[in-house]
Amino acid sequence: MGEPLLSRLIADGPPSLWEWIARNWDTGRVGSIKDLLGDHLVMSLVPIVAGLVLALPLGLASARWRWLYQPTAGVFNVVYALPSLPVFMLLISVTGLSKTTVIIPLTFYAIAVLLPAVVDGLGSVPDHVRQSAVAMGFTPLRRLVQVELPIAVPVVLAGLRVVAVSSISLVSVGALIGQGGLGMLFTRAYQNPFLPPVIVGIVLIVALALVADGLLVLAQRLLTPWVRARRAS
Amino acid sequence: MSWLSDFFGDPANWSGPDGIPARLLEHLEFSALALALAMLVAIPLGLLIGHTGRGGVIVVISANLARALPTLGLLVLFVLLLGTASILPVIIPLVLLAIPPILVNTFEGIRGVDPELRDAAYGMGLTGGQVLGRVLVPVALPLILLGLRLSAIQVVATTTVAAYTGLGGLGRFVIDGFATKDYASVVGGSVLIVLFALAVQLVFTLLQRTTVSPGVSRRVKVRQVASGRETT
Repeated sequence: MGEPLLSRLIADGPPSLWEWIARNWDTGRVGSIKDLLGDHLVMSLVPIVAGLVLALPLGLASARWRWLYQPTAGVFNVVYALPSLPVFMLLISVTGLSKTTVIIPLTFYAIAVLLPAVVDGLGSVPDHVRQSAVAMGFTPLRRLVQVELPIAVPVVLAGLRVVAVSSISLVSVGALIGQGGLGMLFTRAYQNPFLPPVIVGIVLIVALALVADGLLVLAQRLLTPWVRARRAS
Repeated sequence: MSWLSDFFGDPANWSGPDGIPARLLEHLEFSALALALAMLVAIPLGLLIGHTGRGGVIVVISANLARALPTLGLLVLFVLLLGTASILPVIIPLVLLAIPPILVNTFEGIRGVDPELRDAAYGMGLTGGQVLGRVLVPVALPLILLGLRLSAIQVVATTTVAAYTGLGGLGRFVIDGFATKDYASVVGGSVLIVLFALAVQLVFTLLQRTTVSPGVSRRVKVRQVASGRETT
């Protein structure tokens, strides 16, 4: 590595970011910014959705049979403590240098965050509400779908926001095995010392995370209209 | 499996500056340094903000932003800007990313203490500092320790990634092994990092068991006379 770029930056002024973006946005070749952005979206969205789909039944089961919760949560607590890079590396021998190698561990991290959220969310359903539903003749399934899950939405979505933001930023570590979406901009910038790709990568990833977070806040408003109604009255 | 025996069975991997003991020690050193520096900033700040109640919004925003920041990008950015003459450019992002979990949990812990408990402490004639040290911190300790544990997990992972930008530690086995297609080193190094992370997790779990007051962690039955409720 040559001289620190800071001194060159002071001498030459800020790099021409826009020019670099324009040149690399859509080159038609693999690895254009547009391409990487698409990869990044796939690799972060799949774990978020898969994590939710898997955490819901696990959470429901844990809330129904309490003895199941401690051991399941314990296992995922341990999984959550594992650094992503060695897990990617160990998975390579199973799934190869593919997007799946990044997607699987991120899905497990997502479940680790969402499982307690689902259980706490279901636990936040007041007992009198549940009993009212039973008294009104709701079948267990209808009670779950129409009463308990809607009430659990705020807690589950709070967990989902954490999952969405951290998945989007974690995907970039995959660049170290050649599957990092926008993270590839970081390794490229490091191998050939150049500032614009790093800045573009960081800004795009943070922007993606903020958009995802905003969408989930919006979803919460739409799914729980009673919260606002109560506040207004 | 033969990769594991290749890696751990090779005597060359057990000595010298790039042997397992040296790399393990480096990993521990860098992680501990970053965590200690982060604690030095985050705990006093979290106590202050939680105690005074001012600046809470900034804490929450900084925690969310830190979660969104890609670690690899931050590491590359600092190393490109400041060069690799010292380890400082790598330590700065490690510390920056370690601060928010401690800060937000310390803040939430202090803020979440039952106001009646706080008022009772003041009513008994304790000064502001005494209330903080003898009541608020012990009650908030589970959350403060949770923040430390999350931060430690984060630091161990980031230190691993930082090997890419030239930092030593266990990540070297993985990064260098991957670059030279030495898969015994990749797999062996990965297993070592996983074990290291699990050990860190275990240490913090034990710390929580031993330092949190039995009354706070509800390991003993407390009869709440005033409300007539019994909590176990």
